[in-house]
Amino acid sequence: MELSLWTYEGPPHVGAIRIANSMRGVHLLLHAPQGDSYADLLFTMIERDNHRPPVTYTTFQARDLGSDTAELVLNSIHAAVEKHKPQVLLVGDSCTAELIQDQPGSLATSCGLSVPVVPIEMLAYSRKENWGAGETFYSLVRGLLQSRVPAPGTEPAPRGGQPPSVNLLGPSSLGFRCRDDVREITQLLAQMGVRVNVCAPLNASPGDLLRLPDADANVCLYPEIAGPSCDWLQRNFKQPTIKTVPIGVGATREFLAEVAETLGIEYAPDATDSRLPWYSRSVDSTYLTGKRVFVFGDATHVVAAARIAHEELAFEVVGMGTYSREQARAVRTAATELGLKALISDDYLEVERVISELQPELVLGTQMERHIAKRLGVPCAVISTPAHVQDYPARYSPQMGFEGANVIFDSWVHPLMMGLEEHLLAMFRDDFEFNDSAQPSHLAAEGVAKRSENTAVNDSIHSEDADAAAELTWDLNAERELRKIPFFVRGKAKRNTEKFAADTGVSVINVNTLYEAKAHYSR
Amino acid sequence: MSEAVLASDGDRSPVVTVERGQRAVFCGLTSIVWLHRKIQDAFFLVVGSRTCAHLLQSAAGVMIFAEPRFATAILQDRDLAGMADCHEELDRVVEELLSRRPEIKTLFLVGSCPSEVIKLDLNNAAGRLQTRYDGRVRMVAYSGSGIETTFTQGEDKCLAELVAANSGRTDRESPALIIAGTLSDIVEDQFQRIFDDLGIGPIAFLPARSGDTMPIAGPHTRVLLAQPYLTETAQALKGQGAKLLNAPFPLGAEGTLLWLKAAADEFGVTDSLFNEVTAAPLARAKQAVGYQREKLRGKRIAFLPDSQLELPLARFLARECDMNVESITTPFHDPQIMASELTLFGDHPDMIEGGDLETRLDHVRQLRPDLTVCGMGIANPLEAEGLRSKWSIELIFSPIQGFDQAGDLAGLFSRPLSRAAQLEV
Ligand code: SF4
Repeated sequence: MELSLWTYEGPPHVGAIRIANSMRGVHLLLHAPQGDSYADLLFTMIERDNHRPPVTYTTFQARDLGSDTAELVLNSIHAAVEKHKPQVLLVGDSCTAELIQDQPGSLATSCGLSVPVVPIEMLAYSRKENWGAGETFYSLVRGLLQSRVPAPGTEPAPRGGQPPSVNLLGPSSLGFRCRDDVREITQLLAQMGVRVNVCAPLNASPGDLLRLPDADANVCLYPEIAGPSCDWLQRNFKQPTIKTVPIGVGATREFLAEVAETLGIEYAPDATDSRLPWYSRSVDSTYLTGKRVFVFGDATHVVAAARIAHEELAFEVVGMGTYSREQARAVRTAATELGLKALISDDYLEVERVISELQPELVLGTQMERHIAKRLGVPCAVISTPAHVQDYPARYSPQMGFEGANVIFDSWVHPLMMGLEEHLLAMFRDDFEFNDSAQPSHLAAEGVAKRSENTAVNDSIHSEDADAAAELTWDLNAERELRKIPFFVRGKAKRNTEKFAADTGVSVINVNTLYEAKAHYSR
Repeated sequence: MSEAVLASDGDRSPVVTVERGQRAVFCGLTSIVWLHRKIQDAFFLVVGSRTCAHLLQSAAGVMIFAEPRFATAILQDRDLAGMADCHEELDRVVEELLSRRPEIKTLFLVGSCPSEVIKLDLNNAAGRLQTRYDGRVRMVAYSGSGIETTFTQGEDKCLAELVAANSGRTDRESPALIIAGTLSDIVEDQFQRIFDDLGIGPIAFLPARSGDTMPIAGPHTRVLLAQPYLTETAQALKGQGAKLLNAPFPLGAEGTLLWLKAAADEFGVTDSLFNEVTAAPLARAKQAVGYQREKLRGKRIAFLPDSQLELPLARFLARECDMNVESITTPFHDPQIMASELTLFGDHPDMIEGGDLETRLDHVRQLRPDLTVCGMGIANPLEAEGLRSKWSIELIFSPIQGFDQAGDLAGLFSRPLSRAAQLEV
């Protein structure tokens, strides 16, 4: 048993629903109790879909368990096929159904349906949502294409005269900004004369999946979802996989170069492709230098974000990690390159602990880290699922490609600017025209209660690190001086000073101690 | 597929038809989302799967608190394959939890579909853990599973178990009146003031705000249900000698008045005192509902199954807001608890208990009512089909009972209509 307060990922069958909901003409028959139908709201409320996900829940109850749940499965299958007339029926279990072992997949394949059936195995007690999505997509691809795999040794047919084409694999319902990423990447490829043969699973039909082998290569846009499918297509249809994930200016240029090399065409980099490089070099951005950032989320977005933070914005990445054990290796490698040890954990309390220890100035994370950051009063931008309704914006806002880089520049720098604005307010807090009890406009009330001037001094000094503070005291002048330090480095200054005081045997911290510590740590 | 099961009294003969099929109602675990806010020193530990954990957090939506007072002990392959002893594992998880949260006074072990299918006996576990933590934490086990309960029934199971756990206790006085069913604090306080003014007391609310002040029913205790989904809780209270008062539910001016009147009559409050105490808030309620009635009059409404509040809400909207109720489906219908509602409602459409999702959706598409009350997952799809909706979970989370909320309650239904009327895009 594992104690879980908030989870980053849902169960694997939610991944299966994501695939079914991405596609057209696919219906999922899920053997599940009625409560599992909560999954509908993920799609209709968070992603604002205008239809129910294409899923039929068998909704067995306790009283069905004694009798014949298999019959219930069969009835549900026939009703679902009759009602929704899918081109392909996916059939699987949720966690509870897995325990009663009705084998709905075999029931469906052997009951003489006119529709092709693809059974899926969801391993509810060891796997999670992203794995479930990847596995479901793979089952569909393999299920539909297996009979068309060319015999070993067959050379792929020459594709005379046709423009080069690729498949975009991995974008899915409830993925992070997939809708806009697809548009952006399709556009960039078109500029190079590369056609998108099929984009899947998002908006694809089973018929589209049958056309996958027509492309010259597969772009593995989201490895979490498309990894197993790309590997299988490469093995069986000799389609090369383009693996660079085009998030960030550098990665996008590398991606286009990889596409060009794979397809044997020209790619001429254009220095004006994105505004990020210039925005980042303009003097206004100098203050971004060395901003301490913490990065957490799914592997794809974390690896990309860490690279952008380091190479394209000149931040200092002070910590990074992922909730996905399956994809941990990529994150570990990227962390090592930055001299860090990756945090691999799906325990959000541990993530919170690490963030509060590291005291970053910006958190790039998921919905969970957004809440953690809000509590700690640290600016935050969301870069990965799980995300909430506000991260499915109405406007065009890709993460991928050159426009994606522009979007990233804006959305990461904006919270920092708000933080800076707050700092200016803080600098003038003793000014008679400024009121210290005013709330910063971009932070919600959570955790940042209004307080009076005096208690604010004491709070900011004594609230954290209670043990250390127990032996050390700050004299009044030192406290006042500490208050003058900008809020976003105040915590660090306080920690450093206390450590310095402890190391040098000082028990009462005065203004001198503060500046000696500053000098000591600025070496 | 359908069977008519109940033809109730007399000439009106409303028919309740049970319809089997696919359902899309939350399971009873969902009630933890409001129960944990109410019982402030309790922790709810679901013994279940990742699905259960995901359901809870999806239903809780954006309410991410520093550390929530609910969690899931997620069963793993090792537990199911018998490599780990589930009871030992549970003991370990509980120990981890309680050492982190020393302020917790009541620990609910909440059963789920997986724990029930593998026959993990949580009552037994609660007994064992009680011995270990006696005097420090009270252990209560109940089922919130989706194979046993829908949505609000989770609260019923929880409260019934709390009542049962108190059986035989004599260390505290039994109150004269127990108000059963979670209400917002603000509504509780309003009712408390009214009962004080009526001279009825001592009264107690179930659930109480703290785990160890749950009321103990006795032979002189009367019970008023504030929520309609408390079938088993009512039984449990009756089992301890308490008397259940028949009343409609305190929704709307009229519902609230009759609900209070049931208590007033039982406790021999004079008509003049009753009128004196209720006159002003009743007038306010009527006035507030009146504003909304102008927007709701003649509008057609349908209810898809969700919270078991369907019938009392329909009665309020029909009688006080002049709406035309065209269809009611409810997840579970208890004819005894609903007796006063049915009488008050009079001519109402026949009802469906349970309901097959696709059939019910097709029915709504065919009716094309002005407003459909439905679960959260269905609201946007209906809107996209040009059908106005009111997602009913808001009716569970918002204060809607009592005189001073009657206008707000009507407002929840008029807002989607006003909004649709105003939008030009
Ligand atoms: S329906 Fe059952 S398995 Fe699903 S969330 Fe509810 S208790 Fe858990």
